[in-house]
Amino acid sequence: MEEFAALLDALIYTASRNRKLALIADYLRAAPDTDRGWALAALTGGLDFPAVKSSTIRNLMMERVDPVLWALSRDFVGDTAETASLLWPEPKSQAPQGDLSLADVVTRLSALTRAAAPKELPGLLDRLDAKGRYALIKLATGGMRVGVSARLAKTAFAQAFDVAVDAVEEYWHALAPPYGELFDWAAQGGPAPDLADVPHFRPFMLAHPLEGGEVDLADYAAEWKWDGIRVQLVRAGGETRVYSRSGDDISATFPELLEVLAFDAVLDGELLVRGTAQGGEAGGAASFNALQQRLGRKAVSAKMLREFPAFVRLYDVLIAEGEDHREQPWESRRATLEALMDRLPASHFDLSTLVAADDFAQLAAIRETARDEAIEGLMLKRRDSRYLSGRKVGLWYKWKRDPLLIDCVLMYAQRGSGKRSSFYSDYTFGCWADDPDAGADLLPVGKAYSGFTDEELKKIDRFVRQNTLNRFGPVREVERKLVFEVAFDSVHASKRHKSGLAMRFPRIHRIRWDKPAHEADLIASLRALVKD
Amino acid sequence: MTAPFAWIRPEPWGIHIVPADIWVDPSRPVPRALVTHGHADHARGGHGATFATPATLAIMKLRYATSDGAVPVEYGESIALGGGVSATFLPAGHVLGSAQILLEHAGERVIITGDYKRAPDPTCEPFQVTPCDIFITEATFGLPVFTHPPIAEEIGKLLKARSDNPEACVLVGAYALGKAQRVIAELRAAGHTDTIWLHGAMEAMCHLYEEHGVPLGDLRLVGDAGKDEMRGSIVVAPPSALNDRWSRRLPDPVTAMASGWMRVRARAKQRGVELPLVISDHADWNELTATIAAVNPQETWITHGREEALLRWCQLNQRRARALALVGYEDEDD
Repeated sequence: MEEFAALLDALIYTASRNRKLALIADYLRAAPDTDRGWALAALTGGLDFPAVKSSTIRNLMMERVDPVLWALSRDFVGDTAETASLLWPEPKSQAPQGDLSLADVVTRLSALTRAAAPKELPGLLDRLDAKGRYALIKLATGGMRVGVSARLAKTAFAQAFDVAVDAVEEYWHALAPPYGELFDWAAQGGPAPDLADVPHFRPFMLAHPLEGGEVDLADYAAEWKWDGIRVQLVRAGGETRVYSRSGDDISATFPELLEVLAFDAVLDGELLVRGTAQGGEAGGAASFNALQQRLGRKAVSAKMLREFPAFVRLYDVLIAEGEDHREQPWESRRATLEALMDRLPASHFDLSTLVAADDFAQLAAIRETARDEAIEGLMLKRRDSRYLSGRKVGLWYKWKRDPLLIDCVLMYAQRGSGKRSSFYSDYTFGCWADDPDAGADLLPVGKAYSGFTDEELKKIDRFVRQNTLNRFGPVREVERKLVFEVAFDSVHASKRHKSGLAMRFPRIHRIRWDKPAHEADLIASLRALVKD
Repeated sequence: MTAPFAWIRPEPWGIHIVPADIWVDPSRPVPRALVTHGHADHARGGHGATFATPATLAIMKLRYATSDGAVPVEYGESIALGGGVSATFLPAGHVLGSAQILLEHAGERVIITGDYKRAPDPTCEPFQVTPCDIFITEATFGLPVFTHPPIAEEIGKLLKARSDNPEACVLVGAYALGKAQRVIAELRAAGHTDTIWLHGAMEAMCHLYEEHGVPLGDLRLVGDAGKDEMRGSIVVAPPSALNDRWSRRLPDPVTAMASGWMRVRARAKQRGVELPLVISDHADWNELTATIAAVNPQETWITHGREEALLRWCQLNQRRARALALVGYEDEDD
């Protein structure tokens, strides 16, 4: 555990990507087999111990530390795990000898029930120093926050054992922690994992935003960027699975898709529900808001299936009937996909149509009409592009329509966590319910915590501190006088806010220090943008 | 008959000793001041008369280029301030010359600690526990999360980083008065005899320490060195220089910072510190609480820092305490 704790600590303080890679690779080479497998799982976010919550830790601390001193400390440090690791009383008697390994810790944490956790955790914490306690609590409660993405951890694994990271990605989703087969293959020179009959996820090919550039339509094909969720449909060994963009298995949420694929394949498409908002009356799709009714459900009622029937609008084919098409150019894959459409029932599949245009200017004009159709924008795919994992420069572009903008007034600010624990960095803003000069009030319409620079954050933080009206724990209500120009992708009816509206992906576009609050927008102007 | 201790009045800009009309560590110019130590937030210039230890006066002269009105007071020496008030300067263990000030009037004893620590420090006299009625303490690190490890551990980390990076250098951010000299003296005590490279802003203060009997070994200025000369060595600079253009002249520096705040990860990350060294010249939580218990005053007044938590501790331990809202004493770099 000591080595793993030291790794986490070193990662926290290391900014350079190369040094992070070297730290992880060194650890993976040196650590014993199961330890390193669990460490890799922890760094890629693959561990979950539902029995231990942040509140479990807080309750343990309440039994050991004065609640006022705890609250003051937690507030200053900005992180429950770190505060607890520092305040945990050092055991008076000698702790049981023998180093606790990471594998021991994971085994014990996995076996915990909600009820047993408060009894078992103290024994583990007593055997560790402050760094070890921090690592254990972070591991148990989830969210390492060491500035390492899953991709970076996999790259470090590939670097440690001199294998291709794409090969690691290919196997990754078919294997489970502590990844014995993966280490056997990469570290011990064993055979590659055999996954022919496993319906596992393959990494998606992703697109870069087209920022102000232009492409030649002789080299690129254009397609609508549908506003649903990107999915991969996989059938192998007689079983069909649906995976989300992050590789999560969402099959249970969309049972109607599990019986309709009659041959082994890996298909890439947009999951949508039937409706008329996107792509017109015939065979159209509903807005993203309608799809949201279906997302995140473990059990799906017959009524849901009837009211919001799902289907997949296909973009690409990776594998069909044992043949891997990923090395083929996009044009050839497109032809393969078109030929497959006859064997895919129209009830659950259609083909994402190509957008024809004579030149880029004409395409731009077509894109302008996209907003009326509630479509996110266009995709531009290089005709000769192979299907590669991740974002590769110059192959695929997403060309979103410009964001919508509205002027809102800052109402509440909440302190951030981690690196931002001393800053008010999460903002709730509102629009006027009616004419502010006639005495109308603001109603909250959204929350954003991105879109500003570190310098701007400092300025807003100062504004919040100097204009506080009320305090509610970590939240401050401020005087209603700072205007944010908020950018967002779309707006929908919602019960979450009192205003009855919710924005998709709101972010601070500009800070209007110059603009008087009463000139900010009315709720009515925001409501006029709803396309449900 | 006036109320007990009415002769000592905390104001936002300093502590006023009324019968003698003299101020302790005032943050604005006054006719007569008692100064606990040389850090800028305690030792402002421009007073008519300044009573302080000879070392503190030397530091102030270096800072403000004048010693007008300086009145040296040795450790243990008592002086009459007028109005029936006497003052005795006692070692505080914070930096060279730092003192607690014991004030006596009409049989009542008050100690103002200024800043202090209890951990050993080769560059200054150790803190002296002295009985009193009112103990006026700092609370910079007055939260139970702040425990400073033994300095040898932190010096060990610094030396290890240095030997792990023979092609680079380790750049240590350390407050120019006190922290820098203590880190250097502890490196010497750990057997590190190589040249230590200094930022120009540290030179005069290091020289002053050496004149006051604190040997610091072979020190040279970064400005006089070529990049390659500094590979594999330790460089000491004020914290403000860590991410400044100045550091570009160094060979691939690993950025370290010696400060009590480094105990909290977010604080280290905010400053881009890669090697946090928990070294402080202030008392940590255990030292603060142990000192209050050892001095055992009738009442504890808390001047600056995380006073809420220390107040709470006093309350939990049935000790009378109050917080004084003094301005201008927060130290982000220590």
